[in-house]
Amino acid sequence: MSAVGAQVVVAVVQVVVLVLAAPVVVGVTREVRARAEGRAGGRVGQPWRDLVKWWRKRPLQATGTSVVSRIAPVLLLSSSLVVVALVPLVTAAPTVVPADLLVVVSVLLVGTVAIALLGLDAGSAFGGMGSSRHMMIAALVEPTVLMAVYALSVPVGSSSLSAIVDARRDDPASIASPAGVLAVVALVVVVLAETGRLPVDNPSTHLELTMVHEAMLLEASGRDLASLELGGWLRLSALLGLVGNLVLPWGVAGGTGPGELALGAVALLAKLGLLAAVLGAAEVGVAKLRLFRVPELLAGSFVLAFLAVTASALVA
Amino acid sequence: MSWRSLAGLIRRTGTVAEPAPPLPEAEPAGAAGVLGGSLQIRHVDAGSCNGCEIELGAAFGPVYDAERYGARLVASPRHADAVLVTGAVTRNMAEPLRLTVRATPEPRLVIAMGDCARGCGPFRDGYGVVGGADDVVPVDAEIPGCPPEPAAVVEALRRVTGR
Repeated sequence: MSAVGAQVVVAVVQVVVLVLAAPVVVGVTREVRARAEGRAGGRVGQPWRDLVKWWRKRPLQATGTSVVSRIAPVLLLSSSLVVVALVPLVTAAPTVVPADLLVVVSVLLVGTVAIALLGLDAGSAFGGMGSSRHMMIAALVEPTVLMAVYALSVPVGSSSLSAIVDARRDDPASIASPAGVLAVVALVVVVLAETGRLPVDNPSTHLELTMVHEAMLLEASGRDLASLELGGWLRLSALLGLVGNLVLPWGVAGGTGPGELALGAVALLAKLGLLAAVLGAAEVGVAKLRLFRVPELLAGSFVLAFLAVTASALVA
Repeated sequence: MSWRSLAGLIRRTGTVAEPAPPLPEAEPAGAAGVLGGSLQIRHVDAGSCNGCEIELGAAFGPVYDAERYGARLVASPRHADAVLVTGAVTRNMAEPLRLTVRATPEPRLVIAMGDCARGCGPFRDGYGVVGGADDVVPVDAEIPGCPPEPAAVVEALRRVTGR
């Protein structure tokens, strides 16, 4: 099989696995949280039911909205799908399209900007507030993502994410190196901020004044809402999967054979399940940060990323 | 609270949710078939004394836990499948209620919770009251009671989600 053909197969496998798994990942975090609150279980399948129902409903457009309201959901969903196809999740085989950290960050930003424009488009007060907060967080998150992955790429000598995951699997000692630990901790904080989880944003809030991500979606309905929610969930799953592969690089396929891909998919699902449960459990114990303290948290993670770069430069 | 004492508290408390009562046997209301076990609800207080709000809060609390049957309260009528009206509809809330129902995408339901929203109740002939929810918007399901018990709210919602 040609390199391009193999790449297409990998992309299709990753997209299919993640689209099926992303709503379940969200369901698992909700389930763990509900159990800790003393509630009954049975929530793992609920995001899937919600998604199917939204897909059947006809979207309503608020009066005065422009073409942005119709394009933004598609743009967010497709940017998430591209990220899912590029990031080394099931396999760390070298890719034809470079799964470069700059490419991944840029594609994520396309979705971020699309959703911020969507929040502004309907002209409601909460949407605009959500958009401005979202852009503030995005502006603080992006440099940290770049620095953290840069610190990981220095010892490998390549900025390709699959090369980084591959190198960490071959040399497990590098996972516990100071630079590796600092960079992963910084990355975890920005992943939480980027995907709108506690302590930066509360995904289950009904209080409009504290919303960030939800505030921008207030005017979306039906199919549009399905695209936006699935796009957000895919983003969370892809970034969780990337963190999982950086921390526990075992089980990631090295090539593109069918057996390797199947094994890689199973390993990925196990890591996603574990991380989703850890995320849900951790969220029980934290409160949402006041918005003006979010920059302090993100500045802290930037410092960690900066130290990681320094450490990797000094050690290497 | 430290993480350790929080973990201890969670372990000691265990599950407080009551075991699920059997699924109520009744004709599912309105658009229930299309929803497929998922019901997002926008709550509109059209002029309530807040008795219904307390019971509604309890229905979604850990003990009755309406969320396990697929129902969820949401922040926007655009996300909702059902508009849940509490209280007698006052003059000032008649138009906002109409607009909220119009902002909810089809297929949609309107549920009147409590005797006031059903057109009876203690405030029926008040000078600021237009009437029940039925006098302003078409109502698909009713929950009687003043205020209705959380169990009655959960039962009515389960009839819609079918779970």
